[in-house]
Amino acid sequence: MKRKLSVAERREENWGWIMVAPTIIGLFVLNIWPFIQTIYTSFCEHLGFGRYKFIGIQNYVDMFSNTEFWKATGNTVWFCVLTVPLGMVLALFVAMLLNTKVKFKGGFRTIFFLPLVCAPAAIAMVWQVIFNGDNGILNQILGTNIQWITNPKTAVLAVAIVSVWSSVGYDAVLLLAGLQNIPKTLYEANSIDGAGKIRQFFTITLPMISPSLFSVLIMRLMASMKVYDLIYMMSDDTNPAMADMQSLLYLFYRSSFVAGDRGYGSAIVIWTVSLILLVTLIQFWGQKKWVTYDI
Amino acid sequence: MKSTNALRRSYAISKFLTYFALIVGSLIMVFPFLWMFLTSFKTQAESVSIPATFFPSAFRLDGYKKVLENLPFLKLYWNTILLVFFRVVCAIAFSSMAGYAFAKLKFRGKNLLFTVVLMQMSLPSQIFIIPQYQMVAKMGMANTIFALVFPGIVSAFGVFFLRQTYMSIPEEIGEAAYLDGCNQFQTFYKVMFPLTGTSVAALTIFTAVFAYGDLMWPQIVNNDINMFTLSAGLATLRGMDTTNFPMLMAGSLLAMLPMVVLYLIFQRQFVEGIAGTGGK
Repeated sequence: MKRKLSVAERREENWGWIMVAPTIIGLFVLNIWPFIQTIYTSFCEHLGFGRYKFIGIQNYVDMFSNTEFWKATGNTVWFCVLTVPLGMVLALFVAMLLNTKVKFKGGFRTIFFLPLVCAPAAIAMVWQVIFNGDNGILNQILGTNIQWITNPKTAVLAVAIVSVWSSVGYDAVLLLAGLQNIPKTLYEANSIDGAGKIRQFFTITLPMISPSLFSVLIMRLMASMKVYDLIYMMSDDTNPAMADMQSLLYLFYRSSFVAGDRGYGSAIVIWTVSLILLVTLIQFWGQKKWVTYDI
Repeated sequence: MKSTNALRRSYAISKFLTYFALIVGSLIMVFPFLWMFLTSFKTQAESVSIPATFFPSAFRLDGYKKVLENLPFLKLYWNTILLVFFRVVCAIAFSSMAGYAFAKLKFRGKNLLFTVVLMQMSLPSQIFIIPQYQMVAKMGMANTIFALVFPGIVSAFGVFFLRQTYMSIPEEIGEAAYLDGCNQFQTFYKVMFPLTGTSVAALTIFTAVFAYGDLMWPQIVNNDINMFTLSAGLATLRGMDTTNFPMLMAGSLLAMLPMVVLYLIFQRQFVEGIAGTGGK
């Protein structure tokens, strides 16, 4: 099997190794080794100063019997339920509006995309002021008197609204690209048949952009499962609704870096990542039912 | 059969509804920014008054003075600039080299190594955070710019993205350079790299926006406020004087301003850069 490489081939191979070396070394040090360590640490108790003692599955036992943990898992799932479908419907709506012949299209796109370039910390800050239950402008506009962020019933909803608001422009731009790839002739042929606009939407538009919808869905799900900074910024430890709004990664941050329990924190992050991978796999399996890659 | 008049009317109505929806949507998108701007110039009393006043009675700078007392903004700007600069330089240099090698060169182990890149891409970065922090701490590098840059020294995503770009460059171009006597590396940086400008710009913007907004890592690895980024610095206002709306808004505005200004100048590059990379 072994074939001798020519001088030129050997040289090419050497250059190949040299050029990927920084990346591969970096990935080993920064990702692969830490990945293994995180798995190991999740079976350990942190003794302080980076020293660990192996304790088997105790962290997982503690985690699975902890109500705060299950609450955080539930909050994270609930956050996904609130953000993903609504966000996608709104993004598709915006994309379809931008796909018509309107003036100032670039301007609208710029406006809808704006939150993407703003630090989430700054965005969360202004929304927290808007949502403020005592003096916030939102209650005054709506004529309500809701403690949005400190009421356990509305806290996750408030964060979800901010999340949808900040990602809708990005998703719309992705979907718009999908819409623009639909050949005009499809619609023309169809309208000769006398199909209505609504039927056109379901028979042409939706199937044709289902691959774009699918990638937006996967991305949005992953991002929503990982929600952290909005929750961190919109709440604080004195918030009575904290337990009802904290996400898994927020709990991870608190356990690992505030409480210093890095073994337990590692178990939480392993659980979170497993959950994300599971949800993603289910989506990839489910896509066969609704995503059409060729017509 | 509809008459042309009826057709024209229904066209006008749909046009009107389209603009109406877009304008309402835009107002919802812009309002928080407008509110941030206006509130930052109000007095404390004005900002919490009920009913709320839309415009400040005068453009006062109390909020700005207060937030500058609480946060070392010049340091935050400088740290953020350095973080973004080093992240971008590392991402472009290392990802370009590796992207080129994965796309154009033959070497043993290529597929295995590329699988490592793909694996890193599919795992959320939080799973690496605790050990990464411990490494930085062990090196005695906590509270440095190096600590901020550390997890972003290599970018698996950048490698993947630029590999796609190099794959789309025809083989003949590289071969011509090679026959002219360039070695593989010279072919790469003299001929191929200059052809990837658009992708490099996209990766730059993507990397910069992400590094700028990232909150968890700077919070973990640095605890000296003078070594914070804008995001992490802003986060320290959380829980501090939470009803001083003008101060909070002034801080938020100052923290996001540089990136927003860049965005307004390079709108198309930003939108295409971030959406085109498909990341985030």
